[in-house]
Amino acid sequence: MGKQTLIFNSPIFIENTATVVGPKEGEGPLKTTFDKTYDELYCGTTSWELAERKLMSEAIELCLQKANKKNQEIDFFLGGDLLNQNITASYVAREKEIPFWGLFNACATSMEALTLAAVLLDGGFANHIVTAVSSHFATAERQFRFPTEFGAQKPETAMFTVTGAGAAHVSKTKTKIRIEAATIGKVIDLGVTSPFNMGSAMAPAAAHTIKTHLADLKRTPNDYDAIVTGDLSRIGSPILKSLLFEENIDISHVHQDCGLLIFSPDQNVFSGGSGCACSAVVTFGHLFKEMKRGLLKKILVVATGALLNPLMVHQKESIPCIAHGVSFEYVHS
Amino acid sequence: MDEKQIEKKIKMYKKKIDPFQPKPSYFKNCLKAFVVGGFICAIGQGIANFYIYFFDLTEKTVNSAMIGTLIFLAAILTAFGVYDRIGQFAGAGSIAIVTGFSNAIASSALEHKSEGIVLGIAGNMFKIAGAVIVFGVVSAYIVSMIRLLVQTLIS
Repeated sequence: MGKQTLIFNSPIFIENTATVVGPKEGEGPLKTTFDKTYDELYCGTTSWELAERKLMSEAIELCLQKANKKNQEIDFFLGGDLLNQNITASYVAREKEIPFWGLFNACATSMEALTLAAVLLDGGFANHIVTAVSSHFATAERQFRFPTEFGAQKPETAMFTVTGAGAAHVSKTKTKIRIEAATIGKVIDLGVTSPFNMGSAMAPAAAHTIKTHLADLKRTPNDYDAIVTGDLSRIGSPILKSLLFEENIDISHVHQDCGLLIFSPDQNVFSGGSGCACSAVVTFGHLFKEMKRGLLKKILVVATGALLNPLMVHQKESIPCIAHGVSFEYVHS
Repeated sequence: MDEKQIEKKIKMYKKKIDPFQPKPSYFKNCLKAFVVGGFICAIGQGIANFYIYFFDLTEKTVNSAMIGTLIFLAAILTAFGVYDRIGQFAGAGSIAIVTGFSNAIASSALEHKSEGIVLGIAGNMFKIAGAVIVFGVVSAYIVSMIRLLVQTLIS
């Protein structure tokens, strides 16, 4: 449909999801919506990287347990994270022995994976797919910014990477949540260079994806109970609303942001949460629970990703950004 | 789109997002940095006085002992995860002085402990502090050269 939007002919459903998070998320407003919470960042391992791997591995395990599925019964594992060479997902795939597609779209990976899963299922290439993404505060800090204990002052526009992992089991088995359509975003870069201001960098990509999605499907924001962005935070969210307002699209009454939902402002998280896990754990936990209860009938989740590389930023390049939208529909069962 | 159009778009976007950016309060930040930085210096002076009083040190020789103590304390605070919080509050007040330097080295060493002693800790210890040392040495060299030149010209 349209330029960038896919509509799935055969019904594709989210069979199960699972979320595992770190300490700060476990203290936040959504604490009751997660499947498992660790109270320290190491999660019982000896390094940050191992901790992140454990989070993703357990998210998949919990997710498959819910339907009593074994790893062998899953056709594909679609996963990604923020670290170089997607190490978390790759090492988890080594352990799970499920045919693996490694994905990287920064924090937009969660919706990229779901879109591809739906495409594979709709095309009849698979029956059961599991998708998973993860991020970890300390591994992300090390990769993109400074050592965690370094005492440099961060500006108010900075974001706090969510520690956690979300997994989703996608299949054609009928459940209450259907993946109905997906819009694949374009890479958009309007010249923001600060890795401490990703909300401003990502807002145009989110605006473009939302606008294209609505135009392709000839819909308005009123067709949705919620349009949820991944991690635009306190800075990016108002920018997104004003960018869309200029295009005569008013989303202010339905817009929510996962980065703002997951933490409360008094948790010292600067402008809000970010990371692959941010959109995943909020969508797979909180939003899907609301949908299952019938409180939300139709939502559009637009995961936003800053395709940031510190090396390129040091070479005076700006940050390219992407946003993928997936529309979920409540189905009576 | 050609380059000019892109440039124009980028400029327009910069202008557009400007009102959405929180303004850092420079006065408040300066005051915090001044107070915390001054407090750390006062602690340093206290340590120096203590050493002069109890040990066989003079005002000239006490400096290295006092600085060494501050560096040690800052490294301990870094290890306990306190120094980065002080840094978030104080900004330049705790990073521009010798304890900040200690924090930069200790935090890098801690961060890369998982990669082993040689390639991890030793290889990454000066990742942040290295730049400070390079510019410190280079500027000291230049300043001494100027001083030498002025001195020979005068005499």
